[in-house]
Amino acid sequence: MPRRTDISSVLVIGSGPIVIGQACEFDYSGTQACRVLKAEGLRVVLVNSNPATIMTDPEFADATYIEPITPDFVEKVIEQERPDALLPTLGGQTALNTAVALAENGVLERYGVELIGADIDAIQRGENRELFKEIVEQVGAESARSQVCHTLDECLAAVGDLGYPVVVRPSFTMGGAGSGMAYDEADLRRIAGSGLAASPTTEVLLEESILGWKEFELELMRDRNDNVVVVCSIENVDPLGVHTGDSITVAPALTLTDREYQRMRDVGIAVIREVGVDTGGCNIQFAIHPENGRIIVIEMNPRVSRSSALASKATGFPIAKIAAKLAIGYTLDEIPNDITRQTPASFEPTLDYIVVKVPRFAFEKFPGADDTLTTTMKSVGEAMSLGRNFAQALQKALRSVEQRGSEFAWPDQSRPLAELLAEVGRPHDGRLQKVQQALWLGASVEQLYEITAIDPWFLEQIVMINAMADRVREAERMSPSLLRQAKQTGFSDAQIAALRGTREDVIRGVRHALGIRPVFKTVDTCAAEFPAYTPYHYSSYDAQTEVEPREREAVIILGSGPNRIGQGIEFDYSCVHATLTLREAGYEAIMVNCNPETVSTDYDTANRLYFEPLTLEDVLEVIAAEQAVGPLAGVICQLGGQTPLGLAARLKAEGVPLLGTTPEAIHLAEERGAFGQLLHDAGLPVPEHGLARSAAEAEQIADRIGYPVLVRPSYVLGGRGMEIVYDRSMLADYIERATQASPEHPVLVDEFLDDAIEIDVDALYDGTELYLGGVMEHIEEAGIHSGDSACALPPMTLGRHELDQVRASTLAIAQGVGVRGLLNIQFAIAGDRLYVLEANPRASRTVPFVSKATGVPLAKAAARIAVGETIAQLRAEGLLPRTGDGSRLPVGAAMAVKEAVMPFGRFHGVDTVLGPEMRSTGEVMGIDADFGTAFAKSQSGAYASGLPLSGRAIITVANRDKRSMIFPVKRLADLGFEILATEGTADVLRRNGLKATVLRKNAQGIGPAGEPTTVSSIMAGDVDLVVNTPVGGGARTDGYDIRTAA
Amino acid sequence: MSFTIPMLDEPDSDTGDPALVVLEDGTSLRGEAFGARGSVFGEAVFATGMTGYQETLTDPSYHRQVIVMTAPHVGNTGMNREDPESGRIWAAGFVVRDLSPVASNWRAEATLATELAAGGVVGVRGVDTRALTRHLRERGAMRVGLFSGEALTDAASMLDQVKQSPGMLGADLSAEVTTPEPYTVPAEGAERLRVVAVDLGIKRMTPALLARRGITVEVVPATYSYEQIRALSPDGLFLSNGPGDPATADHAVGLVQAALADRLPTFGICFGNQILGRALGFGTYKLTYGHRGINQPVQDRTTGKVEITAHNHGFAVDAPLDQEVVTDFGRVRVSHVCLNDDVVEGLQCLDVPAFSVQYHPEAAAGPHDSAYLFDRFAAAMAGGN
Ligand SMILES: Nc1ncnc2c1ncn2[C@@H]1O[C@H](COP(=O)(O)OP(=O)(O)O)[C@@H](O)[C@H]1O
Ligand SMILES: Nc1ncnc2c1ncn2[C@@H]1O[C@H](COP(=O)(O)OP(=O)(O)O)[C@@H](O)[C@H]1O
Ligand SMILES: [Mg+2]
Ligand SMILES: [Mg+2]
Repeated sequence: MPRRTDISSVLVIGSGPIVIGQACEFDYSGTQACRVLKAEGLRVVLVNSNPATIMTDPEFADATYIEPITPDFVEKVIEQERPDALLPTLGGQTALNTAVALAENGVLERYGVELIGADIDAIQRGENRELFKEIVEQVGAESARSQVCHTLDECLAAVGDLGYPVVVRPSFTMGGAGSGMAYDEADLRRIAGSGLAASPTTEVLLEESILGWKEFELELMRDRNDNVVVVCSIENVDPLGVHTGDSITVAPALTLTDREYQRMRDVGIAVIREVGVDTGGCNIQFAIHPENGRIIVIEMNPRVSRSSALASKATGFPIAKIAAKLAIGYTLDEIPNDITRQTPASFEPTLDYIVVKVPRFAFEKFPGADDTLTTTMKSVGEAMSLGRNFAQALQKALRSVEQRGSEFAWPDQSRPLAELLAEVGRPHDGRLQKVQQALWLGASVEQLYEITAIDPWFLEQIVMINAMADRVREAERMSPSLLRQAKQTGFSDAQIAALRGTREDVIRGVRHALGIRPVFKTVDTCAAEFPAYTPYHYSSYDAQTEVEPREREAVIILGSGPNRIGQGIEFDYSCVHATLTLREAGYEAIMVNCNPETVSTDYDTANRLYFEPLTLEDVLEVIAAEQAVGPLAGVICQLGGQTPLGLAARLKAEGVPLLGTTPEAIHLAEERGAFGQLLHDAGLPVPEHGLARSAAEAEQIADRIGYPVLVRPSYVLGGRGMEIVYDRSMLADYIERATQASPEHPVLVDEFLDDAIEIDVDALYDGTELYLGGVMEHIEEAGIHSGDSACALPPMTLGRHELDQVRASTLAIAQGVGVRGLLNIQFAIAGDRLYVLEANPRASRTVPFVSKATGVPLAKAAARIAVGETIAQLRAEGLLPRTGDGSRLPVGAAMAVKEAVMPFGRFHGVDTVLGPEMRSTGEVMGIDADFGTAFAKSQSGAYASGLPLSGRAIITVANRDKRSMIFPVKRLADLGFEILATEGTADVLRRNGLKATVLRKNAQGIGPAGEPTTVSSIMAGDVDLVVNTPVGGGARTDGYDIRTAA
Repeated sequence: MSFTIPMLDEPDSDTGDPALVVLEDGTSLRGEAFGARGSVFGEAVFATGMTGYQETLTDPSYHRQVIVMTAPHVGNTGMNREDPESGRIWAAGFVVRDLSPVASNWRAEATLATELAAGGVVGVRGVDTRALTRHLRERGAMRVGLFSGEALTDAASMLDQVKQSPGMLGADLSAEVTTPEPYTVPAEGAERLRVVAVDLGIKRMTPALLARRGITVEVVPATYSYEQIRALSPDGLFLSNGPGDPATADHAVGLVQAALADRLPTFGICFGNQILGRALGFGTYKLTYGHRGINQPVQDRTTGKVEITAHNHGFAVDAPLDQEVVTDFGRVRVSHVCLNDDVVEGLQCLDVPAFSVQYHPEAAAGPHDSAYLFDRFAAAMAGGN
């Protein structure tokens, strides 16, 4: 069937801010969908509140609304755009739930919008666990015994016959939000309680526990002709009980015979038909009993999911892209397979390699959080890796996650076996490493299977890896053959060096001398049955390489690796932009990255894609392979965040040509001593500071500066280990706990600027000219990490004089450091002085926000500067504005507000007070004519509930903000809000003809006559909206309390 | 792109048990021996299935072939009692990238290596099977020899032996794989119908699936005469899959022509499809490297629907895709086609009750999308009564 002709415009809903369980994989799928629909000549309308996404770039849709993804806002868009159809299956649970709401409240019908790619009943049948179980029975398959409950009492009753432990699962949530494993009544009350709250239908399912079974996933696609294909099978190494998003997973499934696999496939196909997902993709999870093969269907997601993004990258079969085509009427047999060109999409990919996905956690950011892995997803990112065997893929994946201790190790003195065995029973981050240690220390496969229920096949593979490690360690001389085998088993040069008690570069030297180099194979969907036309490569130690010669000069862009707090999609955004612009400029753009969730690892993005760990060794091999087949202009390290930046110096040392800011310049900006000197010479004020190499030194410095001081280890991103210290004892405690200051690891002690406005600046410098991208004024004062605080662009309260000062200082730093490309600086204005907090000579987290707010593609410009073009040229070309820059936005420029999104909901018992250490996972943008509305939008984008549209509002703002708040508040009053305010604010408001009830400040405490304070009334729940912009001292802490209470 | 495959500087392991894969074009790859030691010869073919190596090894259609597995890990689930498709391993040799050191599956009773050794099948592991596959894809299926243990001699003489070995073109292998004696697979439950299945290398799953539909299956040797078949008074005739060049299967072709003349409902799979084709007067030809996998898209041209199917064929029927052909037995059309390369995957007689498919509706290994064909056959026979 050809594509439908009755649809000419489609509304696509994105997934909003990056949160745990819903990350940038939806930018990847959404971007693919938009590309496809546009290519088909359809008018694409997009709604997504996340500015850091590629999909919200102007070129991907005909009309892009950076608006909160709520039924009301989306309705406004529909009213405005009148699309023919709505495609809800590519924006994760957020988009799906919004679409359901719009269908149920009649909006779709009212505006004649057709839901494509899924229909409401199908979504219901798939997402409502009760209905879904009926379907499973109908097709003659099994699902776990369960009971649906709407109240706690129903839950308690249900447990009576299900027995503990019992799984609690809310309907219509993603990433297992609100679900968990209850071992007793206390657990049940806690989990079911929050579960009922988390479910939009206040409905939870209690389910018989089948902990320890093998867990599998199938990715299926179905078209309107009822053709169904299984794109990929994924096996979870961690057995049932650990969320698939938190499990180490492998594709294809490795421990099933054809009979078992086909039975699972049959059930999957029967289910997708019965549920009635008429076009598009879906993900079905299965549990298989390890001793008798009994199959239980766990759940289905009738939409593109995290797993489908993984499956797309794992197989080369672009699920989201195909789903979009199916939605507009094509059938699978009509869609060609991009990779082979000659074959259709109606086939099932077959792999001749192994794919391993390893999750990336961030528990170190949330002290007090329970790191046990359960049915609720807790990881913040993931790394994927491909190899010609499991051991290789696993070890590559483990080094891809870039966490200390993530690689297998064989230390001289390791922890006692008994201790390890005691710990591996509880799934947690790092368990597999303990399993490996235990096996190495002589525990048997049977023993560990008993304890962990991890399939013996995987355990045997680890035993094999350990055996190889022993051979490497014990061999008198590393024979070429042994070295080759170690590499085939996935050992890094560093691991081998550690085992041989030598240096990594020594091993590499030997290896190269022996000509033992990786070859690069191709992901082709068909195990080489047909020629592949997409250079999507992975390394392996095998016989034949497949890298093609090329004529055009290449630029290699290093990506940012797995998402983590402080380094996420924003950096991928910059890498993708660089790739696109360099392609346009006539270069062969080559991407190296290992994050399966991203747009950068879509084989459509770069000319060549290398799915490799971002370690020195792996990157060097890619560079060597590319230098062997054609001219290489150089490597770009500044766009992927700290990961590639950290490689720059060592790459240069290996003689690799680098583009853009030099490693020396990077070092100059990051090494605080040198940087301090630079600022001093440029006459730029910095907070009093000192470098402490010992606890004593730290005390002296602090005494000199005066408390509070800000302490942190040097060389950090995302404010790792950074704290505000108020007195000697806290300082001593910090040094003790966090760092162990030492000559190698000095501690930075900075004067803490109280009551300071923080400013973020992103700029471009080409050696002669500075282009200031934008100046962002933080809403929280300095002291809350720039990544966590809301900010506004253009700045609400800065005057011309201050802006000029900011620009001058930025220029001075750009020159002093020797930046060629992007530069991010954080300033703080305290008193009337402009202090420099830090400068990062690289793409920053805020580049996408600034680019979207000002409509200037900073990352593209940076990439072009890196290859030698000047800002003047880029202005002439029109990539940058002909005149002026972000330091002078036209009067009446729209006001953009960025708000950060916190994962606290996932981590119970974690202090939600913000500080200098970054903890947010994502961000949203609200844009409008005035600050008030923009801010309100950013809030509803960030928090599901959003801001109320009427009720009682507490207004308490810093003096400098009072003027800027008058109009927004007036709007609130007009909207019918009852305004409550603290004295000062109330005064100002009254003087402007707005009456406000006076509330006591928290610090003032409940009044004698019980007059409520800000916090108490929030706690009492009789407040709908809080607007607070803090001022230092008492009000800051007030501010925190208000925010967290709200 | 050059397809000369660089040799690994030395074997993948120092177990000192090297093995060599020698292709008739002179290409050779070094690996490590497993299974039986010695030398075997056959046609080098690659199979792309990620599951089902046990079914594949025991499929008689692989007689005299050396299977190169593209799946990177083989042997993970060991060997069990239920899954073999015949009484023995038929493949001549087996080449894999990584052999699983253990069998991990609750049904496993032996490891792949021990079973291959027991079956006298020479295996080579540690070979870049992707490189080998790309080579065969470009150069076509060709003769190969696997050498290990004593059989490892000098390159020249090994290559010589390969060149001496018989090729697949013109090979008549039915006699070597067919059952010596007839046997009966009784219908499950009440018998609805009776079928005579001519064993040209039949897989166990085929009679099993027929039996499940209340059909009793009389499996008879390939040499059976039409009179002998008639004597069993079947409701239908089935022609199985099997090895060899269909151009040599004159006896079977005769059987089918007799059945068609009798309007005896006839169904053929794989080799059986080629025989029906020949019986109808079409030619057959050898594909460059054949179809061997369980992910092949085949379109049923009656419904337009796509089935994901299991394939194992090196030869194909040469019939026009888009027009009916009038034969001695009436009109015939191509009912199924492979969407990857437009190869004929099924024939449908319009005036006599006969049809056939080139792929494997019995799967094992592979998807079950096409099991409906057995119902079609049953319907055709029921209609005939
Ligand atoms: N009945 C059960 N017993 C034990 N573990 C379970 C059970 N059901 C699900 N799980 C585990 O919980 C995880 C999340 O459950 P799932 O239904 O997939 O929710 P989500 O919608 O969050 O993916 C699964 O990946 C599985 O490991
Ligand atoms: N001297 C200071 N006074 C007050 N706040 C500070 C000071 N230095 C840093 N901060 C706060 O700490 C946050 C993180 O510090 P920063 O130097 O930017 O580290 P990172 O490299 O993690 O971004 C800043 O965003 C700012 O809010
Ligand atoms: Mg799930
Ligand atoms: Mg910072």
